[in-house]
Amino acid sequence: MLLHSKAARRSAHAVFWLLFLPLFALPLLVIVAASFATGWSGALPSGVTLAHYRDAVHGDSLDALLTSAATALAASVLALTAGTWAALAAQKLPRRARRVLDGLFLLPLAVPSVVVGLSLLVAFSQPPLLLNGTPQIVIIAHTVLVTAFAHQSVGAALTRLDPAYEQSAAGLGARPAYVLWRVKLPLLLPSLSAAAGLCIALSMGELSATMMLYPPDWMPLPVQIFATTDRGSLFAGAALAVVLMAATLLALLAVSRLRTRAAYR
Amino acid sequence: MTAPLTAPPSGIRFDGVQVAYGDTVVLDGLDLTVEPGEFMALLGPSGSGKTTALRAVGGFVTPRRGRILIGGRDVTDLPPYRRGIGTVVQNYALFPHMKVADNVAFGLKAQKAPREEIAPRVREALEMTGMAGYADRHPRELSGGQQQRVALARALAIRPGVLLLDEPLSALDATLRSDMMGELARLHRELPDVTILYVTHDQVEALTLADRIAVMDAARLQDCGTPQELYRRPRTAFTASFVGTANLLPVTVADGGVDLAGQRLTVPTGDAVPGATATLCVRPHLVGVGAVPAADGNTLRGTLTGIQWRGATHRLTAEISGHRVLADVRELREPPALGAGIDLHFAPGDAVLVPAQLAGGADV
Repeated sequence: MLLHSKAARRSAHAVFWLLFLPLFALPLLVIVAASFATGWSGALPSGVTLAHYRDAVHGDSLDALLTSAATALAASVLALTAGTWAALAAQKLPRRARRVLDGLFLLPLAVPSVVVGLSLLVAFSQPPLLLNGTPQIVIIAHTVLVTAFAHQSVGAALTRLDPAYEQSAAGLGARPAYVLWRVKLPLLLPSLSAAAGLCIALSMGELSATMMLYPPDWMPLPVQIFATTDRGSLFAGAALAVVLMAATLLALLAVSRLRTRAAYR
Repeated sequence: MTAPLTAPPSGIRFDGVQVAYGDTVVLDGLDLTVEPGEFMALLGPSGSGKTTALRAVGGFVTPRRGRILIGGRDVTDLPPYRRGIGTVVQNYALFPHMKVADNVAFGLKAQKAPREEIAPRVREALEMTGMAGYADRHPRELSGGQQQRVALARALAIRPGVLLLDEPLSALDATLRSDMMGELARLHRELPDVTILYVTHDQVEALTLADRIAVMDAARLQDCGTPQELYRRPRTAFTASFVGTANLLPVTVADGGVDLAGQRLTVPTGDAVPGATATLCVRPHLVGVGAVPAADGNTLRGTLTGIQWRGATHRLTAEISGHRVLADVRELREPPALGAGIDLHFAPGDAVLVPAQLAGGADV
């Protein structure tokens, strides 16, 4: 603690709550309140109903939730695989080539995601690779968008990894593949699972690129929320948003459990 | 307790090994043979190339020139995992996600040893290093000394022909270090077929443990010999000052002795040419105070500039014709006063003539 006096600590807490409540907590609370409301014309919502939630876990909305989860899972697995692989391979490259590769992987972050969506749409709308209108193109878009985080997180962990582990393992007669599976990847597990959590959370909330690409039979939840509120059903949309938040938090919780098990140091 | 090694006894040979990074040569033209079963210490200051030499044997750096042979086999182009070498590094590098037993079993599993062999060999290696009771712990639950023992056990479990130890004791405190030195000496006795290459900057470790010491400095091998040889008959001024403490005096070779600033000293000159400049090396503990007791002794007359009480001994610093000379003598009842004139003496047989070096004076 950097603040020693009681008064200073109390004022720091006051500043925290002053910023936290209006900026983070209240908007979320409003959504939660709206999701139970039948109408909201005064200062507070009127009428309490669970109807929005009943709709949110049935039919189209449930499909959208499952679609989002499947997309996030697939995109995260692909992104982690590609990002980790690239980070491992980049270690063997000369410094300059490594920097170029790092830059390439960061590109999807620098480019607006609408542009990523548009570019994929243009690129895959012609044979031989006609992916337009398939679930795959949504998954590819999400993979492209989240690979940057996977690559960065694993790359940073790799540079921190003491080369003595790898060398000791090799000295004991372990081939590179054995070293990778038994030493390097287990030691990278904490950052891998952190990256997984980030990838899942980003993919679950992705809207702008998805909007350009999704086919009717593969509509992720954020698109559904947008469509619902666009129709004017604000309260139903709020319920969907709460479901999305809860699902994302649940996924993050599951991943972080993996992480605490993996953190041995 | 010591099982016969599966690996045949194998020595190490460096054949003109040069390692460079870009324009920086970190190891230059190293020629050195380590006999099978020998304990060879590579001793030198940091940046002397000693660790590079060890890493070249392990396969972690590739020589630009020269060959490295292990047991007569050229391993220069072999990857580390095909060299069959046990390595213990400074910070041990125990795998933090594995228990002690799994750490020790790692090499056996990686080399696909038969399943039924693994458990007994892990136990044997842990017993050899006194860590049998810790098989189920994780490395983070062990002290530095215990981690050191596990690292040794892990390296020994694969029954290597060659064991590389890179400053293995430098992370331990003084008491533990001297305990571990005893342990290493015992392992060397119990495993007579294992060739040990031991990198250290600590002369005590090298003198105590090694069968032979290779002294390295500035990317080159300076000297190589048994600890006694290097201590008593150093061949270079660097060896003299790095292995033990030495008074190094610039002298001119004369007939039957040397001249130190005009004073004739009787010392064996060997095959040094009269008139040549050389460096005279005398160990401080072989320098006495007072008049010469023997007829053929040498007396150095000077001024006392420093006196240190070290319990059982006094270290005297004297200035002799502009050169600093140290003398370690038994504790003096009545130590002389600073600035007083003082006579120091040494026997001719206790001095060694080495090739001239530029810097005079003593190294502490």
